[in-house]
Amino acid sequence: MKKIIELKNISKSFDGEKVLDNISLDIYDNEFLTLLGPSGCGKTTTLRIIGGFEQPDEGDVLFMGERINDVPAHKRNVNTVFQRYALFPHLDVYENVAFALRERKVPKDEIDRQVTEMLSLVMLSNFAHRKVTSLSGGQQQRVAIARALIARPKVLLLDEPLGALDLKLRKDMQQELKKIQKATGITFIFVTHDQEEALTMSDTVVVMSDGRIQQIGTPTDVYNEPQNAFVADFIGESNIVDGVMLEDFKVRFSGHTFECVDKGFERGEAVDVVVRPEDVDIVREEDGMLRGVVTSVTFMGVHYEIIVDIGGFKWMIQTTDFVDVDEHIGLSIDPDAIQIMKKSEYSGMFGDYSTYSDEAEELSEIELGELEEFESAEVDYED
Amino acid sequence: MKTKGKPVWGLLGPYALWAAVFIVVPLVFVAYYAFTDNNFTFTLDNLIRFFNDRSQMGDTEVRTYMLIFWRSLKLALISTVICLLLGYPLAYIMSRASDRNQKIMMTMLMIPMWMNFLIRTYAWMTILQDTGLLNGLLSKLGLGSVHIIGTEGAVVIGMVYDYLPYMVLPIYSVMAKLDIRLIEAARDLGCNNYGVLKRVIFPLSMPGVLSGINMVLIPSVSTFYISQKLGNGKFFLIGDAIEGQYVANNLHFAAAMAFILMIILLVMMAFIKKFTNNMAYGGEEI
Repeated sequence: MKKIIELKNISKSFDGEKVLDNISLDIYDNEFLTLLGPSGCGKTTTLRIIGGFEQPDEGDVLFMGERINDVPAHKRNVNTVFQRYALFPHLDVYENVAFALRERKVPKDEIDRQVTEMLSLVMLSNFAHRKVTSLSGGQQQRVAIARALIARPKVLLLDEPLGALDLKLRKDMQQELKKIQKATGITFIFVTHDQEEALTMSDTVVVMSDGRIQQIGTPTDVYNEPQNAFVADFIGESNIVDGVMLEDFKVRFSGHTFECVDKGFERGEAVDVVVRPEDVDIVREEDGMLRGVVTSVTFMGVHYEIIVDIGGFKWMIQTTDFVDVDEHIGLSIDPDAIQIMKKSEYSGMFGDYSTYSDEAEELSEIELGELEEFESAEVDYED
Repeated sequence: MKTKGKPVWGLLGPYALWAAVFIVVPLVFVAYYAFTDNNFTFTLDNLIRFFNDRSQMGDTEVRTYMLIFWRSLKLALISTVICLLLGYPLAYIMSRASDRNQKIMMTMLMIPMWMNFLIRTYAWMTILQDTGLLNGLLSKLGLGSVHIIGTEGAVVIGMVYDYLPYMVLPIYSVMAKLDIRLIEAARDLGCNNYGVLKRVIFPLSMPGVLSGINMVLIPSVSTFYISQKLGNGKFFLIGDAIEGQYVANNLHFAAAMAFILMIILLVMMAFIKKFTNNMAYGGEEI
């Protein structure tokens, strides 16, 4: 695979605050790459540096092997779908899409042909002469994509493009974006704070936090083999406990020695152990590798989410078996369900469900919606 | 503040009274005087006089008040265009400056407005006089002297000076609100600085431009005093004519002229409004 963009040791500060700390990243032709992380992790800044809207303080940006640090945005073969679209309110749908071609002085009938083609790609053929302000969020989103794609970029940058859409529409657009990416063969660099979105759409996920890249990998890699507690916690649910590596393939935690599939650690090295809630089997108490008391049970539709107190540490377990609160149960964990991680600055910060209470469950849909809005609003201040 | 379409009458009362006493009643009086003679019997003579009064100018006979009106309109249009040419770049520069510099520029723009209009006009007289500050400076620099005072140019300078802030402020307020992402989007799609200005900033600032034109053109058509002082009284404007008739106690004719001017301005505003609606986008104001 051909490298299309390389970031080499990029650092960037705003008002003395370090937003990007020595980031290096290779982006390959035709891939769907997602920058994933919470607000303020530097993902949007990374995108803006690639787009040419910010200059890195240190480091180089390479485009097909050439340094482009000093190339202004309008001369880069990269286009952007902006957060909340940034459509031109004084132009109709057609003229928004035609914008880049008019700038290039493309002949009129050629513009007409390409705009028509683009509008049918994003399924807006009947909306050509509508005002953009009269469109729904999803439709505006499509116009923004068509407007960027018509310039035939090598790379398309998408800055939280689905953040303002409701859940159903977001799912549809995820599929559609993926389809468009396949059809056009353009490299997509997608920024989001939604881990599910990142996992379903991407070829490569780049997990970021505190201005640094925490892990780069395929969605299955970052889910199954998180490299530190931050990644394990940010992507999916995780029980993260302190453990000690006794020898290769043997780890001890929660007072029991487990078989595992990891090796290459020092003998007696302190490690973080990750066990996904869905990978824990509930057995009779006397058969369990670990024993505990159920403190809460929540029905989630497909499964129950239960919290189990094991020697003071609360585990989350997802199971289809019904258990009752205060029941004593045993837990069994297969070797390949155990992921061992080196200790990091994030050790001890995540993966304990003792603060996880019924109250958190009672957050209504509306409140969650507001929370998300709040989060996406926060993104604006990130840079 | 509209609360669900029901105006709060109690709060509206004082304003309604104020508007009635100081706006509606005077307007009714103007109309009443315009359509009556000294004995307060109905007549159209005053109105007809505006269009028909003739006087000798050199060898030709001219329609006095029509000439004055066209001159007023011409000078107002010239002033408006100059205000736009000066004000637009200034508004753009202001909107792109740092917060601190925006405040400084805004203050500098506003300071002259704190001074009385008469004093400002007198100040321009001392600057533009044949033996004034400007010519003093020019001759010191060995550039000879210019004769400005008493020309239409002097009147235009005075009007531009007075009305420039009214052009800058509405344009500036629209530009300052412009979403920076739209500019980035235009750059992203291949526009250089000029392209961004032409294809995004200018069209989006149109509402500001049009309201600036409104704010400058309307008062400058009816301006007076500046023309007397800076034009040495040679360039009577319609505002001067109304004032002159009023001072001469010709109330009915003064009212007739004011009435006609009002109608003409209303028509002009309607035109500008229609133009604005055609230029508006998204079917709503920004």
